[in-house]
Amino acid sequence: MEIYLDNSATTKVSEGARDKLLQVLYEDYGNPSSMHRMGVKAEQYMKEAAAIIAASLKVEPKEILFTSGGTESNNLALIGCAMANKRRANHIITTRIEHPSVHQPLVHLEENGFEVSFAPVDSSGKLIKEKLYELVKENTLLVSLMYVNNEIGCVQDIPELCAELKKLKKDIIIHVDATQAFGKYKIYPKREGIDLLTFSGHKIHGPKGIGALYVSNGVRINPVVFGGGHQKGLRSGTENVPGIAALGQAVQEIYQDFDAKVARMYSLKQKFLREVSRLQDVTINGVPLECFPDFEMEALKKTAPHIMSVSFQGVRSEVFLHALEDKGIYVSSGSACSSHHPTPSVTLTAIGMDKNLMDSTLRFSMSELTTEEEIDYTIEQVKELLPLLRRYTRKR
Amino acid sequence: MFKAFLIKYAEIGLKGNNRYIFENALRDRIKEALDPLGDYLVSKEQGRIFVECPEGYDYEETVEALQRVFGISSICPVAVIESSQWEILTKGVGDYVEAMYPDRNFTFKVEAKRADKNYQYTSPEICIEMGAYLLRRFPEMKVDVHEPSVRVTVEVRTKCYVYSIIIPGPGGMPVGCNGKAMLLLSGGIDSPVAGYMISKRGVSLAATYFHAPPYTSDRAKQKVVDLAEKIAKYTGKFKLFVVNFTDIQLYIYDQCPHEELTIIMRRYMMRIAEKLAEQEGCLGLITGESIGQVASQTMQSLAATNEVCTMPVYRPLIAFDKKDIVEIAERIDTFETSIQPFEDCCTIFVAKHPVTKPSTKVIKRSEEKLEEKIEAMIEEAMNTVEVIAVG
Repeated sequence: MEIYLDNSATTKVSEGARDKLLQVLYEDYGNPSSMHRMGVKAEQYMKEAAAIIAASLKVEPKEILFTSGGTESNNLALIGCAMANKRRANHIITTRIEHPSVHQPLVHLEENGFEVSFAPVDSSGKLIKEKLYELVKENTLLVSLMYVNNEIGCVQDIPELCAELKKLKKDIIIHVDATQAFGKYKIYPKREGIDLLTFSGHKIHGPKGIGALYVSNGVRINPVVFGGGHQKGLRSGTENVPGIAALGQAVQEIYQDFDAKVARMYSLKQKFLREVSRLQDVTINGVPLECFPDFEMEALKKTAPHIMSVSFQGVRSEVFLHALEDKGIYVSSGSACSSHHPTPSVTLTAIGMDKNLMDSTLRFSMSELTTEEEIDYTIEQVKELLPLLRRYTRKR
Repeated sequence: MFKAFLIKYAEIGLKGNNRYIFENALRDRIKEALDPLGDYLVSKEQGRIFVECPEGYDYEETVEALQRVFGISSICPVAVIESSQWEILTKGVGDYVEAMYPDRNFTFKVEAKRADKNYQYTSPEICIEMGAYLLRRFPEMKVDVHEPSVRVTVEVRTKCYVYSIIIPGPGGMPVGCNGKAMLLLSGGIDSPVAGYMISKRGVSLAATYFHAPPYTSDRAKQKVVDLAEKIAKYTGKFKLFVVNFTDIQLYIYDQCPHEELTIIMRRYMMRIAEKLAEQEGCLGLITGESIGQVASQTMQSLAATNEVCTMPVYRPLIAFDKKDIVEIAERIDTFETSIQPFEDCCTIFVAKHPVTKPSTKVIKRSEEKLEEKIEAMIEEAMNTVEVIAVG
């Protein structure tokens, strides 16, 4: 049995996306910059994908820029926006729970003369709104917020935050990293006041190596990759047409039967958390206090539908991970992106987690393909393995 | 310019009647090292080995491969002159010097050897005449027969060979001429170095790694395989035995005092490694232990782990400081791999204060508590061992 509960790391490519990918790789493999028929055909795939994505966001196709994925989109949004507007203002605000692909570009900007402020979060990962608003200054240029946190699945009230921030300063530019939210939420940047939006293909059953950045009309950004002037000069380099076509297909599929799929993930999450939270010395992360002890749906819906972060006191996450792997269940310790570093997780530190628990935290992340049987089996295995693993520990 | 290499060896030249065994082994090891790179002709003649290179071979790559063959003391890149006719020979040697040393402000000496005893000049005469020729052709050069900065060696056979560069080899003895030993390979910095050092004395290797899933990950195992591959660049192919040690470890955890866990565990590792070594026809065990480095490597702890096997245990690093071990690890390119942060089975349950001066008597008494199941568990571990071909 293979139960894949690491969908926040990456997802399985859908059949539709795979077919599109192969079609463009083997049949319609022209370069969209070529003048001939094959170039035109390739360009059509891009237009089609841009149209699908634009429709899903209710924006214009020309506002979609294709990149190599979430990391590049975040870099382009932050560095590109800062460089294009540096004469206007040089203060940037973000949160303490961002992904490294937001955090590191901001560190780079800080080293190059920009001022960066970090807004704190509460113990469930929710931004402390007043503290965020207090950071807005005369020279604030840009605010970068994470929609759904990749490590613990907490969600920010993006529309409310955008509205309030723009009330405080009209020309503030807002970037949202929606890598984990896209496909789990309906996001309409124009209504919500989002100027730049990052998302990625491989988190929504598309291939790796493709992502996009929505850039609102009128928001100026500079390129970070220079060359032949592709995509209006903002992202040079021959477009990844197979990836783009497959991304379009994946976006189309992810929003089909959307409400039912999301509702199902929530009910699986509820079941999982209800069972696992009853075990001894277990902490559920990224969930607001009002969810406890019953994880009522109304409260649970304030968190992401697909991510469950759990700390099992007294068991090292790596050991638990491999023990589950042995049972055919694949999960992450903390977040896959940061699990190779021995440094403590940024998000878990920001929510004030005890250092001992950090090393005991697992992330279970679902997709629309996750079934109830899989969740039942996982609950059963967690219950069975936990006492065994607790029996053998490093004595302190 | 170089079409061949002259390989010199030191120690094996000292052997008596069985010298040919060492020479053949060295020739075979050189063949194996060069085989993946192309069609080299390796031949044995009069106290050295001669490697002729194929058309279009890569010089750097060839030298690097030769520098990993134990038993080689030096490697001389050789230019070949097709005829021993004096005019052709002198011109060839002159052209060689011209190409090799664009700045000719240096002292030199010619050394000569001749295989053809009927040649028109004796060896000392070749030196004198060749020296004179070179001085005429390159007036800036000066002779210094005592401490020349360049020694131009000319060998006269049917063809002639000239060389002046000597690249040091790794030394040691060719692998395979001194039996086989079982290396306990952990994934740390020391054990790969220990394996390298013993192998350098001509010993071929087998290795054992103790894996403890789920407490140690597949990446930790992969790291050990990667290390084995790095050592195999020197030692040639060998077998890596991966023993699943989890059940034994947990059993010890359940039955024995926690501070003795590491010592008892290591005693069982030695026992299992010895069994595998016997099966493989090994004549000894190799560990990377060094006195006092950690609690399990004090003199008392070493005595306690040593006691369980009858096979000799070779500990080439026993008197080495860590920094000296690291130096070798860096040189043989295992260091970067060794420091990847994956837990190995020695550290997962380590006590906060493990015993540092275990008494063998006490340890034996603790081990009595394992009597019920341990033999069956060892047998199970032996039966389920995974064998990985390395190199």
